[in-house]
Amino acid sequence: MPALDRDDIAHLARLSRLQLTDSELDQYGGQLDVILSAVARVAEVAADDVPPTTHAVPVVNVARPDVIVPCLAREDVLAGAPAAEDDRFRVPRILDQEEQ
Amino acid sequence: MTRDTAEPLMSFEDAIATFDPVMGFEVHVELNTLTKMFCGCPTEFGAPPNTQVCPVCLGLPGALPVVNEKAVESAIRIGLALGCSIAEWSRFARKNYFYPDMPKDFQTSQYDEPIAFNGALEILVETEGGRRSVTVEIERAHMEEDTGKILHVGGATGRIHGADYSLIDYNRAGVPLIEIVTKPIEVEPVLAPAVARAYVTELRELIVALGVSDAHMHQGSMRVDANLSLKPRGRAEFGTRTETKNVNSIRSVERAVRFEIQRQAAVLQSGGTIIQETRHFHESDGSTTSGRVKEEAEDYRYFPEPDLTPVAPDATWIETLRATLPEPPLKRRARIREEWGITEHDMQSLINAGALELVEQTVALGADSADARKWWMGEIARISNERGLDIVQLPITPADVYRIITLTSNGSLNDKLARQVIEGVLAGEGGPDEVVAARGLAVVSDDGALLEAVDAALAAQPDVAAKIRDGKVQAAGAIVGAVMKATAGKADAGRVRELILERVGASPS
Ligand SMILES: [Zn+2]
Repeated sequence: MPALDRDDIAHLARLSRLQLTDSELDQYGGQLDVILSAVARVAEVAADDVPPTTHAVPVVNVARPDVIVPCLAREDVLAGAPAAEDDRFRVPRILDQEEQ
Repeated sequence: MTRDTAEPLMSFEDAIATFDPVMGFEVHVELNTLTKMFCGCPTEFGAPPNTQVCPVCLGLPGALPVVNEKAVESAIRIGLALGCSIAEWSRFARKNYFYPDMPKDFQTSQYDEPIAFNGALEILVETEGGRRSVTVEIERAHMEEDTGKILHVGGATGRIHGADYSLIDYNRAGVPLIEIVTKPIEVEPVLAPAVARAYVTELRELIVALGVSDAHMHQGSMRVDANLSLKPRGRAEFGTRTETKNVNSIRSVERAVRFEIQRQAAVLQSGGTIIQETRHFHESDGSTTSGRVKEEAEDYRYFPEPDLTPVAPDATWIETLRATLPEPPLKRRARIREEWGITEHDMQSLINAGALELVEQTVALGADSADARKWWMGEIARISNERGLDIVQLPITPADVYRIITLTSNGSLNDKLARQVIEGVLAGEGGPDEVVAARGLAVVSDDGALLEAVDAALAAQPDVAAKIRDGKVQAAGAIVGAVMKATAGKADAGRVRELILERVGASPS
């Protein structure tokens, strides 16, 4: 029994703005299943007395003072952009025709 | 998408006769911290595009966010001021979505562990039967970060629909936000739009009083999303709600709620169903139009943020912050109304003009509240309107106004001269005393000079002089006017009147 069915994967693909063909849905479904079942083995060793955690060490309240530090130079910032225009990041059209 | 202006509406009166509206508000407040939520980039408004960004707020690989302590402090103070409990332990979460306003492809927010929860805000609502107190319950206040600004290029309207491509400035990405969420608000249906207005007004005043944000709705440092659903009278379960986004003035909040009540009532009455969706508010005609269909909460696939540590504020720190809370605006207004002997209407005029603090400071210096209100709400408010500036932006201080009031009450200035002094101060000519000296504005108090002008005026209008002599003392007004004109307004009108009556031999009455 796969952790994710075909509809789940199609839904995730839509949320991620990925257009997957039918054969890709099958292909990635199988791959994701392998990954998820590997991760699921962790749950088998976690006993009831082990609470879910997001940190390896129990640290709280790591904060910084409200003090300005230097930013990146704009040339450097935009150098990493696939496209730039008017000192801004340029991205393709956001909505598809069907969403309009 | 074309604007559907043909959506039918039911009259507001019919709508509230049939349905009970349920409202909810999500208000985003941009904090006025110097730096962003998770990095040391400045938050200054209006900087050139992409000059206030770093690896953290650009979401570059390997960059590690660290929370801004001041932002946590502001969040706790907002929570406390709203009467919320402060979580002993709360975490950040990633809200995953794919939209280029966040370069990380997620927004760092809080999900099931907000820093503040279960509060209430008391508001005063104007009704036909007078003011009424309503308590709005607060579900939560949580910390998150703002997104970048997108400019849509191409297409006819500069909107996302029909755009060829988009340009993004990430300066705003990562600016600290506090989102304040109410519980469902159910009030007497006819009051719903007024309650919406009063809630946002009161919340805005509270935020300003806390000093944690300038809360300018038109500049986007306070943004309101209004949720609304209807249920047929007598039904217990809520209907499907719509969320009207970014309603950017207090008046618009009231209009948006009213419009959605009328629109949804028409849909339901004709047997239709309400779709859960985001709607856009249009300032021009007060309508809302359909935006995107709302993604379900689980579609954001929230999960705890592994790169930030939990926030576990110390109880002592919370109590220290509680001690810094300002007097609640509602109580403060009531106290000031009482002290100054003014009506709520006068109070609202002061607040709407942005003059309450200025008048209060002027009174604190020793001015009579009536005098302080007269100058701030009169001449100075007029000039701020004329120049399209907030009154507080004008280069005149409570100390200047207090000095002008003092000079007026001791007879050195009359109202006309005082207005010229204000003009001079605003023109950057210095403080009131400097303007008086430089422009030679002091009242003519030398009786000799005044008598000369009085005699000339009486001689020029002998018929008026005769009337006064016959006891019609109110006719003296014409002579007073002539003398004021002759002295370029620098005379004390009261003294001039006395001199006129003396001169013609009438007894002052
Ligand atoms: Zn940054």
